[in-house]
Amino acid sequence: MTSLTSPAARAAHPPVQRVVEVSGRRPVGAYVELTLAAPEIAERTEPGQFVAFAVGGPTSAHLLRRSIAIAGAADGAVTVMVAPHGPGSTWLAGLQVGDTVDVVGPLGRPYPMPSDGTPAVLVGGGYGAAALRGLAARLRAAGSPVIAICGAASADRLSSVDELGELAEVIVTTDDGSAGRQGRVTDAMAELLTSRAPGQVGVVYACGPMAMLRAVAEAATTAGLPSYVAVEESMACGVGVCMTCVLPVVGEDGRTRFSRSCTDGPVFGGDRVRFADVGTLPWDVVGADAMGVVAP
Amino acid sequence: MTALDTAVDMSTALGAAPIPSPVLTASGCSANGAELEPFVDLTAIGAVVTKSVQLWPRSGRPTPRMAETPSGMLNSIGLQGPGIDGLLADDLPWLADRGVRAFVSIAGTRVEDFAALAERLRGVPGVLGLEVNISCPNVESRGEVFACDPVAASDVVSAVRAVADPAQPVYAKLSPDVTDIVGVARAVSAAGADGLSMINTLLGLVIDPDTMRPVLGGVTGGLSGPAIRPVALRCVWQVHQAMPEVPILGMGGIRSGLDALQFVLAGASAVSVGTAVFNDPSAVARVHDELAVALAERGFASLRDAVGYAHR
Repeated sequence: MTSLTSPAARAAHPPVQRVVEVSGRRPVGAYVELTLAAPEIAERTEPGQFVAFAVGGPTSAHLLRRSIAIAGAADGAVTVMVAPHGPGSTWLAGLQVGDTVDVVGPLGRPYPMPSDGTPAVLVGGGYGAAALRGLAARLRAAGSPVIAICGAASADRLSSVDELGELAEVIVTTDDGSAGRQGRVTDAMAELLTSRAPGQVGVVYACGPMAMLRAVAEAATTAGLPSYVAVEESMACGVGVCMTCVLPVVGEDGRTRFSRSCTDGPVFGGDRVRFADVGTLPWDVVGADAMGVVAP
Repeated sequence: MTALDTAVDMSTALGAAPIPSPVLTASGCSANGAELEPFVDLTAIGAVVTKSVQLWPRSGRPTPRMAETPSGMLNSIGLQGPGIDGLLADDLPWLADRGVRAFVSIAGTRVEDFAALAERLRGVPGVLGLEVNISCPNVESRGEVFACDPVAASDVVSAVRAVADPAQPVYAKLSPDVTDIVGVARAVSAAGADGLSMINTLLGLVIDPDTMRPVLGGVTGGLSGPAIRPVALRCVWQVHQAMPEVPILGMGGIRSGLDALQFVLAGASAVSVGTAVFNDPSAVARVHDELAVALAERGFASLRDAVGYAHR
């Protein structure tokens, strides 16, 4: 198989660990947007990267870091969209202005940039759309026309529609029809790809739930377009030492490895992630033979 | 470093190999060290204990590999790694080039595997010593874990000690999942272990109440983190009491300098910080500093004076 993508390159700067102050807090539908006074992280951040929070304070019984994509990094501040669902994210969402939190970042590989002016489609699911804000700005600065598709289950689970609207043409979809068109982001994307003349879309970027990333990546690959997806895998550390966040990813040599979402990702070529094999150990993953898995 | 380091002599040793700090990483919790470079001066810590290496590259197990538990976590990684060729070609030279001491954890499923690994590591620059991960299934004994059988554990240790570089101390890493850890400790010491690493994870299980199935792809997993600290400390205490002359590298839920101090007082002459690194990537350096302060506050002139002090 010839690949449409190259693996994302490492970020230019290593991460830092800092205890930082919450400088802004804004409830946005089902989410909470936190802004952190973190100049050393902000100045290092590239679109697609994430930060990892320690939760619950220094004596917390919840030891694992919570990784969240960076929505914005400007003027010495880093912004993230927190979706409260478990004890850790609920604690983060409850932080108030003036509270402090231990954060490591920026982490992971940024979205690769296309050649200047390449028209781009950005697809964001739920709070994942927030992670595309920095990318949209950078693409526009490089002369790319940008179309953003933001989707969610319902209106309160959309994010960053206004912010992306300042940078791009935005299409909104919701499963229940409570905002935008009823349906899924992939329906809107399929329509977009068929309605535009060839060459009017040059690259696809996505961030959101795994099922959405899979559908977006498959649609892009079928259309012959390169896609880059930022995956959301549960991580214990975020910095590459725990080995829990692995996915089967095809490398440049054509061989599949269990790659860490934190340090080899979170951005992967959409045609390189073997979405159908996530959660399994396929025989052709490097080192599967040592686990006793043999070719059929 | 800080003035406190000059106040308390923090130097210690792994077997006969001296190290300037008693705080090390723990195998499987810091990959092979490079990822921690942005957060820790790796040359200042006792050593990087590398992730257990086997003879061949291993993919590890399918996901999910991790479940958070109260004050800890359950993991089922399956020893993903590059194999000894990859370690020798990439990771160990990276550490050696920077002057970082490596304590190399080796694993296998046959006695010969362990011996072959020890042979490959003879004289390798920067390799301070070997930690023998015997918490692996023994394929020649229907998958029984080496560490749970004093005879099988001794077979591995004596085979490793026989071929390992004489300058490299050999530590056996013991499992707490045994009825008599002192018995296993005596057996591996008699087989030639220069020291003991205590403890490995405890076997555990988490079931997802929604799917009503085990959370981990590997079903069971190893429990680590502060939740296991009292178990680990008890093991170190018992073994030091029985064999005070045998050096112990203590580990199991160490998160702070005061946690490390407990292990030292129980009889550990060095400690590894494992799961806490996931929470705090600079934990190894922080624990060193906090331990130095704690020793100074208690009037100890050196770390060595505090080893086993709780047994008085």
